[in-house]
Amino acid sequence: MLKRIGVFICHCGLNIAGTVDVKRVVETIKDYPGVVHAESYIYMCSDPGQDLVRRAIREKGLDGVVMANCSPSMHEKTFRNVVAKEGLNPYFCEVANIREHCSWPHEHEKELATKKALLIIETTIEKLKRNMELTPMVVPLHKRALVIGGGIAGMQAALDIASAGYEVIIVEKLPTIGGHAIQLAGTFPTLNRVPCLMAPRMAEIASHPKIKLYTCAEVEDISGYVGNFAVKIKTKPSYINEERCNNCELCLGECPVTLPAEFDRGLSQRKAIYLTPREAIPQKLLIDPGSCLHFNGNECHACEEICPTKAIDFLQQETIAEEVVGAIVVATGYEIWDKMNVPEYASDPDVIDGLQFERILSPSGPTGGEIRRPSDGKVPKEVVFISCVGSRDPEHGFTYCSRVCCMYIAKQAVLYSRTVPEGQAYVFYMDIRSDSKGYEEFVKRAVEEERVLYLRGRVSKVFRDGDKIKVWGSDTLSGKSIEIAADLVILATAMTPSEGAKELARKLNVTVDALGFLTEAHPKLRPVETLTTGIYLAGTAQWPRDIPDTISSSSGAASKVISLFSRKELLHEPTVAWPDEEVCSGCGICASICAYHAIEIDPKRRVARVNEAVCEGCGACIAACPSGAMRQKNWTAMQFFEMLDVATGAYV
Amino acid sequence: MNLSYYPGCTLKTKAKNLEDSAVASMAALGVNLVELPRWNCCGTVYSFAEDEELHQLAPVRNLIRVKEVESNKVVTICSFCYNTLKRANLLITNDPEKRNTLNTFMEEEIDYNGEVEVVHLLEVLRDEVGWQSISQKVQLPLKGLKVAPYYGCTLLRPQAVAIDNVERPTIMHDLLQALGAEVVDFPFATECCGSYQILSNPDFVSHCVWDILSSALRWGAEAVALSCPMCDFNLGQKQKELRQTHSGFKGIPILYFTQLLALSLGLDPEVCRFELNYVDPRPLLESKGLLRQ
Repeated sequence: MLKRIGVFICHCGLNIAGTVDVKRVVETIKDYPGVVHAESYIYMCSDPGQDLVRRAIREKGLDGVVMANCSPSMHEKTFRNVVAKEGLNPYFCEVANIREHCSWPHEHEKELATKKALLIIETTIEKLKRNMELTPMVVPLHKRALVIGGGIAGMQAALDIASAGYEVIIVEKLPTIGGHAIQLAGTFPTLNRVPCLMAPRMAEIASHPKIKLYTCAEVEDISGYVGNFAVKIKTKPSYINEERCNNCELCLGECPVTLPAEFDRGLSQRKAIYLTPREAIPQKLLIDPGSCLHFNGNECHACEEICPTKAIDFLQQETIAEEVVGAIVVATGYEIWDKMNVPEYASDPDVIDGLQFERILSPSGPTGGEIRRPSDGKVPKEVVFISCVGSRDPEHGFTYCSRVCCMYIAKQAVLYSRTVPEGQAYVFYMDIRSDSKGYEEFVKRAVEEERVLYLRGRVSKVFRDGDKIKVWGSDTLSGKSIEIAADLVILATAMTPSEGAKELARKLNVTVDALGFLTEAHPKLRPVETLTTGIYLAGTAQWPRDIPDTISSSSGAASKVISLFSRKELLHEPTVAWPDEEVCSGCGICASICAYHAIEIDPKRRVARVNEAVCEGCGACIAACPSGAMRQKNWTAMQFFEMLDVATGAYV
Repeated sequence: MNLSYYPGCTLKTKAKNLEDSAVASMAALGVNLVELPRWNCCGTVYSFAEDEELHQLAPVRNLIRVKEVESNKVVTICSFCYNTLKRANLLITNDPEKRNTLNTFMEEEIDYNGEVEVVHLLEVLRDEVGWQSISQKVQLPLKGLKVAPYYGCTLLRPQAVAIDNVERPTIMHDLLQALGAEVVDFPFATECCGSYQILSNPDFVSHCVWDILSSALRWGAEAVALSCPMCDFNLGQKQKELRQTHSGFKGIPILYFTQLLALSLGLDPEVCRFELNYVDPRPLLESKGLLRQ
């Protein structure tokens, strides 16, 4: 039991002192049993604040410290390091959270807040008195990283980590890396052609000695913990023997199945056996078993029969690879909302989404870079853009702004106006959000120099009228209703998390928000980390982002991985669960509820065993244990009882 | 099956063709529409005033009539009645304060707390009878008849009372398809007919009606099917004027969906009361071989 405890109360400016009477707290708590020192200071986390703590430990011979300030997730580490510098075990420092748990929620009840602050501190003292000396565990650190998703975010993270000298594994669901970025015709605000941006990076990834690429692959299973994740990667077969294939492409002509090509978002056709698009890396021939007749109960062997090198192999099976990595970057990217969800706009082939128009504008797209509309191949002379289709529309389930649409609309409108000089582009908008470097100037140029007509208002209806598509909207600046007889309508539909991201998040033990985006550990201070140590976020899996923001977040995630890998060893919190073997009956309830798969039943002794390196100290097994055999270090039942006695003392 | 049925004023006067064809068709489909006793005006147009309680008395009284006959559902056929009754019912369900005021004011009535469900006849056809069983009972498929379903607004707006997808409804499409007609999907199917503007701004209604009818014709319709007597009045009665102002416009018959239902179920065309239609549909129906004696 600790007997010489010091209590340090932080004012946090007025955050705490504005509500809690800190002077009274100091005066009251200094007489509490076991407390030999108490003082308050305006900012305990500042250098002078930390010095107060160190001096008191030295001068008063303190054996334990209670820091009454903000949440432990803010400064527990800070103060544990402070006491360690004075030779105390860091687990003899506990935080009493009197800000988030007291002064903030009780701003208007000063008297009650002061009493509550005292109770919080007293309970913490009772816990601290019974703490054990603990030492963090050293766990092995595999200095290899897994990047899930090979889009522009995953590519950036992988290149950054690999160029620091660590091995990287990229797992990409599609046959090619590059993600949505290689579908784009150009970028804003510089109008760079995308191949100039992407091709060198993709080539670098393909040839990088430190990067291993799995395409047509998905993460099947993940177990382990920071430094030691065991990953199972499932790769789908291409049904092509790549060593035999001589790329003659004879098979492409023979295949009887034609279907819309995903890469061109249905604006071109592909066969069931097909080549990845020209932009792709790796260049790959593959059979899509979903549409191939052979895999759907038909005896078709057309490609096999024509192949001069016998490269078609219908018997290929999916393979499972096992890799061990120390850190994971999740870069699963985005999808855009299906335009068919807005039937009042999209019931016509000449009403397309933003990515489809990127393909039409792209020199390598389905129209070879000529701007032609899907229905009849005519060059559209009047083009209408509709922004915020879904975005900022809670009725459709999207409370947020998709952040990229205002700028890509401006970009597409400029590219259109330059390619079709006699044409007219109209943009219906709610607000123009152009808040990054050079963006406002770009939109201004689109309006003033590139003849794009911006109309502030929403569109009520889009419908076919003979050769034209009528667009009904309002111009809220002139107060007039507007009808435009357009040739092509482009919908900027909402950016949504990519399919399967939720399921992957579950496998990784990371959280998603109500909208399906992956959640960061702290929105301000830890934007690229997740709450699961060793797993980081990059790009639009987390939130809608444009390319520069995606690159920044990806490099941020990569730098977190690199700083993790730069350590000699990895420390793990020692406040883990442990079973009392004399009491444990080996029922296994704890093992079945452990979210981290940290518990096994020892087959010989029939008792629970905790893998301390995996245990996160969540306490679930302790609550579930029917015999009370499971304990947690420094969170014992005894400690809870003492705390409860103090907390409820006034009510008994 | 017996269902409580609220007719409303128009079905007893100008839209007798709607009521007669509906009641006869439903009987043929095994649904007995039992007219409510002592029903009164539905309130006609839902009130947009903040101080609206007085306006809600009429629709709520009708719902009380339904509760009195121990029915938990009431069918309306007129789109306007559907809208007013349904929205009054929502108000009673969602606003306890107004519910209390209304119940207190009508002290001579039993209390009403939203126990009754208000449905439109199209919903009964879809949800209780079912398209498949309707198509099985069709005696005279409407083969070759190109009909454009027109929904108007009160079946679909506001969203809380919509009987189908607000922006792209298909319920009447589905019915007509079950009857064997060639359904013409046209973009003005949910646009406003002009409604009561016919009283104060008839020229505006002419615009609305022309937009709707010319669009239906452009998309190949030979007739328009609808459910609302107000729409029927505007779309039918305005055609005389449109024939003068738009050269080449020869008119297009406007039919209640129930008339087409009755016809295809092989009922005596008498129940359709075609003589009440503003544009006589009989020549068209005859030319398609759909008028049997």
